[in-house]
Amino acid sequence: MNDTLTVARAVAWRSLNNVFKNPAIFLPSLLFPLFFFTAFVGGLSAVANIPGFDFPNGYTAFQFVFVLLQSAAFTGVFTGFGMARDFENGFMRRLMLAAPSRSGIVVGYAISTLIRWLAVASLVTVVALIAHMDVGGDGVDLFGLYVLGLLLNIAGTLWATGVAMRLRTQQAAPVMQMPVFLILFFAPVYVPLGLLKGWIHGVASVNPITALLEAGRGLISGRPELTLAAFAIVAGLVLGFAAWAIRGLRRAEAAG
Amino acid sequence: MSVAAIQIGTLARRAVVRTARQPANVFFPLVFPMLLLAVNSGGLKAETRLPGFPTDSFLAFALAVPFVQGALLATINANVEFARDIQTGFLNRLALTPVRGITLLVGQLGGLVTIALVQAVFYLAVGLAFGVRLESGIGGAALLLALELVIALGFAAMGSWAALRTGSTEAVQSLFPVFFVFLFISSMNIPRNLIETDRFRWVATANPVSYLIESVRALVIEGWNWEAIGLGFAVAGGLSLIGFTLAAHALMRRLERT
Repeated sequence: MNDTLTVARAVAWRSLNNVFKNPAIFLPSLLFPLFFFTAFVGGLSAVANIPGFDFPNGYTAFQFVFVLLQSAAFTGVFTGFGMARDFENGFMRRLMLAAPSRSGIVVGYAISTLIRWLAVASLVTVVALIAHMDVGGDGVDLFGLYVLGLLLNIAGTLWATGVAMRLRTQQAAPVMQMPVFLILFFAPVYVPLGLLKGWIHGVASVNPITALLEAGRGLISGRPELTLAAFAIVAGLVLGFAAWAIRGLRRAEAAG
Repeated sequence: MSVAAIQIGTLARRAVVRTARQPANVFFPLVFPMLLLAVNSGGLKAETRLPGFPTDSFLAFALAVPFVQGALLATINANVEFARDIQTGFLNRLALTPVRGITLLVGQLGGLVTIALVQAVFYLAVGLAFGVRLESGIGGAALLLALELVIALGFAAMGSWAALRTGSTEAVQSLFPVFFVFLFISSMNIPRNLIETDRFRWVATANPVSYLIESVRALVIEGWNWEAIGLGFAVAGGLSLIGFTLAAHALMRRLERT
């Protein structure tokens, strides 16, 4: 256990040091959510006038929840890019040789991603508040929203870790990114589920991210709904992707 | 056929073949814009119920976006390869041959534009297969491809400039988020007159990408709206001219250094 923590701390420190000292790595994960937020809130606020749009706290809060969760998942994916880069330049191989506990490597990357996402989430929140976001939920509701994001962030990291460990090349970036992009955008991103029509309604109805978005929107508006279901789903994602990441690690070990 | 034409053809063919040999560079620019189209046309269909929305098909409204996005993706990918040519010394070796600098640039751009055109035909076919009918008819489809050619030339020239100026694949790749941001702060998802936030409407109006999208969109949902079409050609032509001038200048400087 001590070995795992020692390795995790060292890997997390190195990863954070790399990210925060290298704007080319940190800025995309910071700026993309802000641009999504600006584009959706600024450009699509008229969508709130569509008959049947019943979210009580306005379009800014409605989109904030999506952008927050999207940033959580994508920060995890960006960490996967870093791991793939570490495989390509040979650092990961040396790390695996040196680390007394290799699962500490996965834990270390997950910790660094969490801290990285907290920085992104803080900035997105400040920008949303400057944009006069109407928050209906109390402290407990908001805490629940951020914990939901945090768990999704861990799930995203573990997913990308599993891919990076298996493919061990930066060319795997679309494999990490595309499924996350699809599952996020096949949820009710722009309008509530009830306003989606046709095939997208069917897809969104069975998409697990829909429950997360609806729970998040319920929490920010102070009218919690589907909260337990959302936490159960995201806990399932974390457990499932933890197994995926650890098995990936074993494959990377076997590959030498 | 003149020697220059043969050289241009050879270099353009090389740019196309090199892209075609990398499945990720073919698949991603074809599929990603279609996925975004599917997502947006499903998720934002309700937007057509807003008073003043110009069509009752969001798919038709949004079909313009892949044309601009695809041109962007294709040219960035191909220019990354061009930057790799510089990094690996291929350009230096080419400079020792009788190929003139301008021929090299035209060949490279010709290849990129060809790739973008193939993609445009694919997007158009997908749109038609899913029930979009071009208000401007067959002539409009031909003009749309011509417009796509100029748009792709503009992005390709800017990308080539970045490749020649920096000689770095990372620098060219970093252009993608920049262009992507321009796409998202444009009128890609909603007509400018329906944007409620004044500052965002102002930004979308000042953003040249809005005019590229609106010109393609005019051909799809409006017909022969010459003002929108003319603005699109003017913006794309201006971008091409500026990009080509910058790229030619950067090429001359790089060859001088060589």
